[in-house]
Amino acid sequence: MFKKTGIATLTALSLSAGGAMAAGAERHIEDRDFSFEGPFGAFDQNQLQRGLKVYTEVCAACHGLEYVPLRTLGDEGGPNLPADQVRAYASQYEVYDEEEDEYREATPPDHFPGSQLENAPDLSLMAKKRTGFEGPYGTGLAQLFKGMGGSEYIYSLMVGYEDAPDCAPDDMDGSYNVAFGDGGFPEECEDEDGNHTVPGSWINMAQPIQEGSVEYDDGTEATLEQQAEDVSAFLMWTAEPKMMARKNAGLTGVIFLTVLSVLLYLTNKRIWAPVKGKKDS
Amino acid sequence: MSGIPHDHYEPTTSREKWLHSRLPIVGLMYDTIMIPTPKNLNYMWIWGIVLTFCLVLQIITGIVLVMHYTPHVDMAFSSIEHIMRNVNGGHFIRYLHMNGASLFFVAVYLHIFRGLYYGSYKAPREVTWIIGMLIYLLMMATAFMGYVLPWGQMSFWGATVITGLFGAIPFVGESLQMWLLGGPSVDNATLTRFFSLHYLLPFVIAALVALHIWAFHTTGNNNPTGVEVRRTSKADAEKDTLPFWPYFVIKDLFALAVIMVIFFAVVGFMPNYLGHADNYIEADPLVTPSHIVPEWYFLPFYAILRAFDDTVWIVQFTSFITGGIIDAKFFGVLAMFGSIAVMALAPWLDTSSVRSGRYRPMFKWWFALLVVDFIILMWVGARPAEGIYPVIALIGTAYWFAYFLVILPLLGVIEKPEPAPATIEEDFAAHVAPSQAPAE
Repeated sequence: MFKKTGIATLTALSLSAGGAMAAGAERHIEDRDFSFEGPFGAFDQNQLQRGLKVYTEVCAACHGLEYVPLRTLGDEGGPNLPADQVRAYASQYEVYDEEEDEYREATPPDHFPGSQLENAPDLSLMAKKRTGFEGPYGTGLAQLFKGMGGSEYIYSLMVGYEDAPDCAPDDMDGSYNVAFGDGGFPEECEDEDGNHTVPGSWINMAQPIQEGSVEYDDGTEATLEQQAEDVSAFLMWTAEPKMMARKNAGLTGVIFLTVLSVLLYLTNKRIWAPVKGKKDS
Repeated sequence: MSGIPHDHYEPTTSREKWLHSRLPIVGLMYDTIMIPTPKNLNYMWIWGIVLTFCLVLQIITGIVLVMHYTPHVDMAFSSIEHIMRNVNGGHFIRYLHMNGASLFFVAVYLHIFRGLYYGSYKAPREVTWIIGMLIYLLMMATAFMGYVLPWGQMSFWGATVITGLFGAIPFVGESLQMWLLGGPSVDNATLTRFFSLHYLLPFVIAALVALHIWAFHTTGNNNPTGVEVRRTSKADAEKDTLPFWPYFVIKDLFALAVIMVIFFAVVGFMPNYLGHADNYIEADPLVTPSHIVPEWYFLPFYAILRAFDDTVWIVQFTSFITGGIIDAKFFGVLAMFGSIAVMALAPWLDTSSVRSGRYRPMFKWWFALLVVDFIILMWVGARPAEGIYPVIALIGTAYWFAYFLVILPLLGVIEKPEPAPATIEEDFAAHVAPSQAPAE
């Protein structure tokens, strides 16, 4: 019942044209070590600032971050930009002011603009949306133990552009990407059972980041991998800006409740001791 | 409250007497908190407290979330993001509420299976059991409607699929479905009514919880032996029981604190682990997710729902004798609700005179198989309905029904139970406090 509609609409869902999605699209998702993984992981402020630069100079041409308030760029635990830099950063965007009924320069309380292109998805939550890239049928354990999440997916997508395999026809729409699973796929690259003989699929977005697409202010060399990692970390922050506060609260809870558990265990033991015929401790 | 003989509240001061003669509320609280409780209860008897805590947690976090949430199709999704980003502590409160639902269901399943193993459903506790089943049904309804509120892709399509089940009912199905949705499809009217009911039902659950507690405080708790507390005299009863306060309150709080350590670790470090990533995509009626999967706690029943298609002979047979009124889809719906109905009927299906599974050598194995079956159904419910999976689901479903409809009635006849201890006191001395010699 769901399968039919599922397959029909998958094509609509995918970014690329043509080619029905067959079962078993293999993708190459690379496990990267991000600073924010694990119970004690934290965002790397410098990395977020570099990622912001990549986002601003590359991604923002088409994509938006509609749920992210510009002022949060100054948040501790986030990019932590000084207030004047946040104001300066905001002023490069124009927003529509409903009260004034006109466009004006954005200020820190405003949000990032939304997507410029209709088929370019908003990126605010992309790092969370894509944590399920292994499908709901995966156990999710890879994400739990290896930290394989949306940021790995974004990284792999950015570096996953490769020359199209020989089996593909020359007039295939989009770009071949080994990390992208939802796109078009030519029949020529399927074996007789309909299984894919090459990983990935074809994506509409041309390779966005090249070697040296941006020039980092802190002098970090802007390799493709470096930029991909930085922008993945930045997008993780836009998806989960309160991650550090959450982990802190969780840790505080765990510590206090552990102490409480021990106290209650001792209390319980003492209360029950006379009943169980043991000496009152 | 009647039941096990014990001391009742006696007002001593003139003020207490004044209030007691007008509203005996202090007496009610005293009798509730000092209720004689079998002293041999093990750690499977903690889930009631955990469940009560979950209900309170969900109501409190829910009320706070409502202060910032907007039940409208255009704003629901972004109001959740507003809570996650701009409301002070909002992200943590929402994650508590989200994972609180999972803890609620972990606890309720353990609570139910404890009841099934130790025969807590048997006379005289049938009413407690039935009320419990009603609470469980309302919990599922509440959780389902709550999952729709963030208005993500899984919210929308889950709602579409589940309300579609009602459309499978012959003759009245379509009108019923439209009545539930407030329109031809899941839309703003659906969201607002689900929001309204999601707020209402927890309070209905709270009222039923009070009845649940009242019922088992009348019959007394079951216990691991299934042997009743002696009610011949207060002195006898006191040999079998201890007052709820402080013995069991402290024990339960200790267990709750340990569970909270795990819960806070989940909320703090992996809050989205049990959720579905697609729900971070705003609902889009034009785009169906490739796989629609319910929350983990619905999966066993989702597997039962999907187990039946046109190729199963019992479906073909039923369809034939009803002249096509019961088709495969409706059969699946009947099976899903039936699987909970047979569980609710356990008090009358179980013919054994022995209450606790501890003294039933054959029952033990069938029960263990039921637990395994439940886990397999949960696993297969998350798999696509293709290949070997529908067969596994079908076998799992068959065992679920067979357990309640065939095995429970038969075992009472063919099984030779082992001797149970004569009193709880004896069991307590033998198991909990081996150092203490049996009384007298």
